[in-house]
Amino acid sequence: MSKLVTVTAPPHIRAAETSTGVMLDVLIALVPAQIAAVWIFGWRSLIVTLVCIGTALVSEWGIRSLFKKPSTLGDLSAAVTGTLLAFCLPVGVPLWMAALGTAFAIIVVKQFFGGLGHNFANPAIAGRIFLLISFPIALTTWDLPKAAVTTDALTGATPLAILKTGGDAPDWLALLLGQHGGSYGEVCAAALLLGGLYLLCKRIISPIIPLVFIGTVAVGMFLAGGLDAAFAARQVLTGGLLLGAFFMATDYVTSPMTPWGKVLYALGCGGVTLVIRLWGNMPEGVSYAILLMNIATPLLERVTQPKIFGSVKKSQKASKEQES
Amino acid sequence: MKQIPHDVFRAVRRIHGGVPVPHQKNTAGCEITRIPTPTQVMLSMRQHIGAPCAPIVKVGERVTVGQKIADTDAFVSAPIHASVSGTVTAIGEHLLPNSIRAGVITIESDGLMTLCPEIAPPIVQNTADFLKAVRESGLVGLGGAGFPTHVKLTVPPEKHVDTLIINAAECEPYITVDYRECLDQSRDLLRGVYLLLEQFNFKRIIIAVEDNKTDVFYHLQKIAQDVRDRTHAVQLMTLKSRYPQGAEKLMIWAALGRKVPVGALPADTGCMVLNVTTVSTLYRYFKTGKPLVSRSLTVDGSAVAEPKNVRAPIGTSVRDILDFCGGLTTEEPYKIIAGGPMMGFALPHADFPTLKQNNAILAFAQGEKFVKPERNCLHCGRCNRACPLSLMPAKAEGALQLGDIDTLRRIGTETCMECGCCAYTCPAGKPLVQHMRLAKEHIQKEATKA
Repeated sequence: MSKLVTVTAPPHIRAAETSTGVMLDVLIALVPAQIAAVWIFGWRSLIVTLVCIGTALVSEWGIRSLFKKPSTLGDLSAAVTGTLLAFCLPVGVPLWMAALGTAFAIIVVKQFFGGLGHNFANPAIAGRIFLLISFPIALTTWDLPKAAVTTDALTGATPLAILKTGGDAPDWLALLLGQHGGSYGEVCAAALLLGGLYLLCKRIISPIIPLVFIGTVAVGMFLAGGLDAAFAARQVLTGGLLLGAFFMATDYVTSPMTPWGKVLYALGCGGVTLVIRLWGNMPEGVSYAILLMNIATPLLERVTQPKIFGSVKKSQKASKEQES
Repeated sequence: MKQIPHDVFRAVRRIHGGVPVPHQKNTAGCEITRIPTPTQVMLSMRQHIGAPCAPIVKVGERVTVGQKIADTDAFVSAPIHASVSGTVTAIGEHLLPNSIRAGVITIESDGLMTLCPEIAPPIVQNTADFLKAVRESGLVGLGGAGFPTHVKLTVPPEKHVDTLIINAAECEPYITVDYRECLDQSRDLLRGVYLLLEQFNFKRIIIAVEDNKTDVFYHLQKIAQDVRDRTHAVQLMTLKSRYPQGAEKLMIWAALGRKVPVGALPADTGCMVLNVTTVSTLYRYFKTGKPLVSRSLTVDGSAVAEPKNVRAPIGTSVRDILDFCGGLTTEEPYKIIAGGPMMGFALPHADFPTLKQNNAILAFAQGEKFVKPERNCLHCGRCNRACPLSLMPAKAEGALQLGDIDTLRRIGTETCMECGCCAYTCPAGKPLVQHMRLAKEHIQKEATKA
């Protein structure tokens, strides 16, 4: 041994978990929803997802090369953004439109602010809102599930829109399995719950945000619907709530890291969703709710900083000093 | 694994956060063996927290084992004794693993290990004598921090200490010397406990052991029956094994449910924490009068040919100790660490002398790199959850770049004990302990400016 050996600050051992591993787990958790989408809407759903993932990777690589920054494709976060954005699009969306939205999400929302960890809003959500504002018709033309397509009806309203106008929503089994119109990654409640459960079991996400978010919407709808449990349950199982609560609102970068910050953040998400769904002119409000709360995250984190072990309150400190 | 005896006390609290480190107690079965007398030792003048010592010997002087060779008038300090007999060949300076310069005395050994003729058990008539004797022993906390023991035992008259906790948690991976001390030197340990009980009249003395070391409970219980404890003051306690359980403030919280306020000392909450090996070494000193001249170390890691527990004179070079353990298995080790893998110091080469507070020498091979690519902070909050003090290390990097002192203070930088849980758990591979250290320095610099 003649040469010098490596010197670093401690600790000299590290847990095995990496950023890439975390992102890979999120992708794994999204697989059931993709399988359900293929079953419900056909292979085109997979094509849209792949187009979005591909665009996300190319945009990330391209913009980072342009900025002369090291490539970050390896952390898989771009793939997660692509998948999540794809999942909140209708299956019939033009492919160029899906690609445009993804490029906006990666380039403008994520990389312009410094890349992973620095973006203030969830790129997938921002990309979806960008598309919704730019192409409202294409983004709200909901193809019917393959099983429900007839000769004269290819598209139809989503259950949320039906609920809003007071109509009869699909039955329970159809809601759980996703046999109704809507964004192709959002319809199958069972697949999303399965994925969410996977993330919870692997401790990738904390249960606080999904529980409080969904809980707020459920309780609010129960009260607003005249104590109608069935109405509240339908509100929870449809629209983007499950995808949003388990996969988007829990995004590390744009949600508070403190436990109480998470509670307030999720309450806010639920509250804004309620307001938009009940009184807004749109049937769905999950993405706007998450975007708004993303912006409030730094503030929430600051006011909910956990108490430092052994810290003394200012008033106590002052009285102690007076004593001595 | 055996069950913990039912009459052992349970911890009253669980620590917040922490991380499930791999125990790697590979040397648990290795009794401590003495290494052959090294040809030379280098005794640093900074082997403890507090003021450094100044040499009181000259080059060319002959010294004997246990002879005092350096001391200072400062209270927070501990004298240094020759650990081998021989000749002082040099008095110079060296660089400590933490990049601080310190004086160093080199002694060429004559191989005889002649004991200093003045060594005799100290005569103690009152507490002041006792504390003076402890200072003369050169004893410092042997658990890793190296806080002078006599300073810890000196309780200001206005403070009342009712409980002594003997820390045998040994929560750092790999290290097993405290465990061996409990098994092989349990008589010394218990006599040390009764010695302290007699001196300070503690209401309770708790020997706290993590629950992954069950045989320690049986062993200490069996031995305890030999020595009479009329007041039943001495109790065994089991702690849930979790890193960093052995940290002083967390130990007090787990064992007693008392929180030491930020900036305060354990004595402020009526307790005192001593490492288990410190207590048995203290007893041996009062029996024989031989000061702290050698200590036990765990030598382990993937690059060590024969992992062992050894006893070596203080100031033995890391190379001599590694050679005794069969040398390194590779020409180019990845890292050599003085101390545990969570809080120890990485050494740039093997020619560093061991210090009083070093409880392990670890060497890792290239294959075991334990590194992750460093990526942007994900803001996942794992560091905050793992921090036993609920600090927010993730915020330090950005605040440092901005020179934002307020944020650095707000996230609790000054309370950080650098246990390493945050960096251990970080999926983005951030050197968070380094950030916190830089932040502390930054705050200090700013404070001196003002």
